[in-house]
Amino acid sequence: MKIGLFIPCYIDQFYPRVGIATLELLQKLGCQATYPEGQTCCGQPMANTGCESDAKATYLHFIDTFGDFDYIVAPSGSCTYHVRHHYDIIEQTEAVRHIRERTLDLTEFLLDVLRIDRLEARFPHKVGLHQSCHGLRGLRLGKSSERMEGGPSKIHALLGMVSGIELVDLDRADECCGFGGTFAIAEEAVSAKMGKDRLGDHLRHGAEVITAGDMSCLMHLEGLIRRNKLPIRAMHLAEILNAKEGSL
Amino acid sequence: MSREQILARIRQNKPAAPPLPALPDFFREETDPVSAFIRAVEQGGGKTLPYSELEAWLAAEHPAAKMIASTAPGFQGNVDLNGIQNPADLNEVDVAVITTSLGIAESGAVWVTEADCVHRVLPFITQHLAVVLDKNLIVQNTQMAYKRADVAATGFGVFIAGPSKTADIEQSLVVGAQGARSYTVFFR
Amino acid sequence: MNHAQKASAFIRDEVRTDWHNQAVWHLRQKRDLGAGSVPEWEELRNLASAIKFHALSNLDDYLVQFEANARANGVQVHWAATAEDHNRIVYGILAEHGVKKMVKSKSMLTEDCHLNPYLEIRGIEVIDTDLGERIIQMRHEPPSHIVAPAIHIRKEEVGELFHKELGTEAGASDPKYLTEAARGHLRGHFLTSAAALTGVNFALADTGGVVVCTNEGNADMGVHLHGLQIHCMGIEKIIPRAADLGVFVRMLARSATGQPATIFTSHYQKPKPGGAMHIVIVDNGRTEHLGRADFRNSMKCIRCGACMNTCPIYRRSGGYSYGHTVPGPIGSILTPGIDMKKHSDLPFASTLCGSCSDVCPVKIDIHEQLYKWRQVIAEAGHLPASKRWSMRVAGKVLSRSGWYDFFGKLARRALRRMPRFLVYNRLNPWGRSRELPEPPKESFKEWYKRQKPAP
Repeated sequence: MKIGLFIPCYIDQFYPRVGIATLELLQKLGCQATYPEGQTCCGQPMANTGCESDAKATYLHFIDTFGDFDYIVAPSGSCTYHVRHHYDIIEQTEAVRHIRERTLDLTEFLLDVLRIDRLEARFPHKVGLHQSCHGLRGLRLGKSSERMEGGPSKIHALLGMVSGIELVDLDRADECCGFGGTFAIAEEAVSAKMGKDRLGDHLRHGAEVITAGDMSCLMHLEGLIRRNKLPIRAMHLAEILNAKEGSL
Repeated sequence: MSREQILARIRQNKPAAPPLPALPDFFREETDPVSAFIRAVEQGGGKTLPYSELEAWLAAEHPAAKMIASTAPGFQGNVDLNGIQNPADLNEVDVAVITTSLGIAESGAVWVTEADCVHRVLPFITQHLAVVLDKNLIVQNTQMAYKRADVAATGFGVFIAGPSKTADIEQSLVVGAQGARSYTVFFR
Repeated sequence: MNHAQKASAFIRDEVRTDWHNQAVWHLRQKRDLGAGSVPEWEELRNLASAIKFHALSNLDDYLVQFEANARANGVQVHWAATAEDHNRIVYGILAEHGVKKMVKSKSMLTEDCHLNPYLEIRGIEVIDTDLGERIIQMRHEPPSHIVAPAIHIRKEEVGELFHKELGTEAGASDPKYLTEAARGHLRGHFLTSAAALTGVNFALADTGGVVVCTNEGNADMGVHLHGLQIHCMGIEKIIPRAADLGVFVRMLARSATGQPATIFTSHYQKPKPGGAMHIVIVDNGRTEHLGRADFRNSMKCIRCGACMNTCPIYRRSGGYSYGHTVPGPIGSILTPGIDMKKHSDLPFASTLCGSCSDVCPVKIDIHEQLYKWRQVIAEAGHLPASKRWSMRVAGKVLSRSGWYDFFGKLARRALRRMPRFLVYNRLNPWGRSRELPEPPKESFKEWYKRQKPAP
């Protein structure tokens, strides 16, 4: 099984530790993942801003970069969703179809392909789970609170394998954090307010750590945490799944 | 000509037609319609009583009622509904007692037709509404009710599920908006 | 002002924003309980969606069938291609009957057509009778929510308004007291009006009747007291069969407020004895929208307001930030079809979180349509230049590995070395209330290359 590791651009540039945790976790589970060094981005920033035509070259570059793998794994529901659901404007060649089908979020890969049922992780902390929207409602990694049916939550299943962890309940289980790509800039006031409210929910319930399947949400929330010196830390899900004793 | 223009544009622009789905009932063996109906009426701010208690209820709840209008057989009000020409004259009605022939368990609603109330406005303009319903005529859900009620057979028909209410001021629920202030179902 | 600017002004009063957010969220919570009480909820959504889409696909036939049945019931049917036609027709009917005062129950269509001012300048008094609508009518404001039009107003403000308009006690703000005062006030108008006009929730092709849902009973108080009743409907209100109502009635109120049904579900089939009943069928841009393959299924909308209640942006920006009768997510996919340039900001007033699509009882893919409108709007050249050019540059950089590596490193280095005032200033909206990420010395890619054994 050839596994390509896709590390989204903002993780590559700003949160290398998340990429490292993802790679280490996969290695721990016996997977030799390869990281194609020519990779850049999935193209979502342009497309979500309405500029699909400017994203086309990036789509094609993604296809070129990841043509050779059985699975492409990314620690991001959002980028995975974009490849799977929005690569419609390029020609649907066999390679494109293959890549779109086989690009998986880390949680999907761990549970649906590797079918793991245990992890060697320990994380003895109170954790608030932020359910990133594209993973939740786009990839259906869990049941959104709006829907009256749906499968069990993949992220909850994985966090359940981490020893010592305590998940806190929230008042609003899956409200958006307000990142939204260029929304965070174009609608700065609403975006910041949404983030502040989300963090308030986690803090009220005593979370020491806020985690999510998407680092982009956490980048926005971490920006608010650091500006306001809030007593909570943002960590990507992969970091917790890869955690050893005392790794906070 | 607006009509032809609108229809022509629809013909030009409409998508291909998927078939019209069949309508299931969603009947559930385990649901007892009567107890579910009572629960729904109470949740909606209404009350249920046996029909035998109608007179006692009137005496206890509405001792000062001056105008009582009834279409229920066996119970005479003091308003000659057939004699009234202008429905606005019903504005002083304190209590209206209306017979109905269909109830919905999931919502606590009853089906009221114009024949049931003589004047269409009666169940709305009255201060308090009492309806008389045979327990055996309660169906589980709204879909089953629409299979039972023939909406085309009456010039006007309404499902009434409780007292008139509003939450338009700061989301505070207030009972007694423009229509009846209370809703009591008397079981036969 | 665009949505972002209006939203920013709204949020400046944070206490009020929090109150508004919670008041609207309360509706969403009640909706969850209502929807959760129906085991077949998701199946109902599929049915509702299929019935509505089928109706849209046969709209011409169903409208003709509806018209024939309505006529056979003694109803007079009118067709209005535009808002102007609609207003003229309604005025004509009222003038013919010599009506000087009319009561009206909630109708977003007539709001859209600006019927009230049209009638008022022609000497006809119009009284909105839904309590929320009456409140905003007295304040000379448009609705800020399609189901709860006065949801943005605090009870103290209603108290002040009623004190001035209805003579309630100064300082009184108890909703029960204020509602009672409005009841008395509106009863007076119901009794002294000469006609009633309502919107339409559903029009039944197989019977020719129309259905109106209210909690207050205001539609019926108006309609039944006088000889003349008028019902105004968009062409998309048609459903094929009366039996289909079962599906929609089960979902409409649950989606809106969590109630199992609205208190009154009224079926107007024939004029009352000696009375007249008119139905006005309105196009006003709808047939054009029907031709937009990517966007037409927004016409399935039954106006429950659930997408507003769930929308994290709507709740924090208020209905007026959208600048249209129908605000929120559904408004943001309907309005670009009406005036793309004017409403080009609305599809961007979303994080594409998808909550609207999941909450929608008729399964409109709202967030997908927002995404598609963005493409259409950018293509038409209505994107702000800053966005347009930054995306063009991003597209160039992100499609070339070498450029990406180079600019990534450069940006990280610059961020690490630049003094704070150069990074955090007016030109950096991100930094207004957030820190930028702390740029690491080494990207993941650089780390990864270092791990590899030397060749």
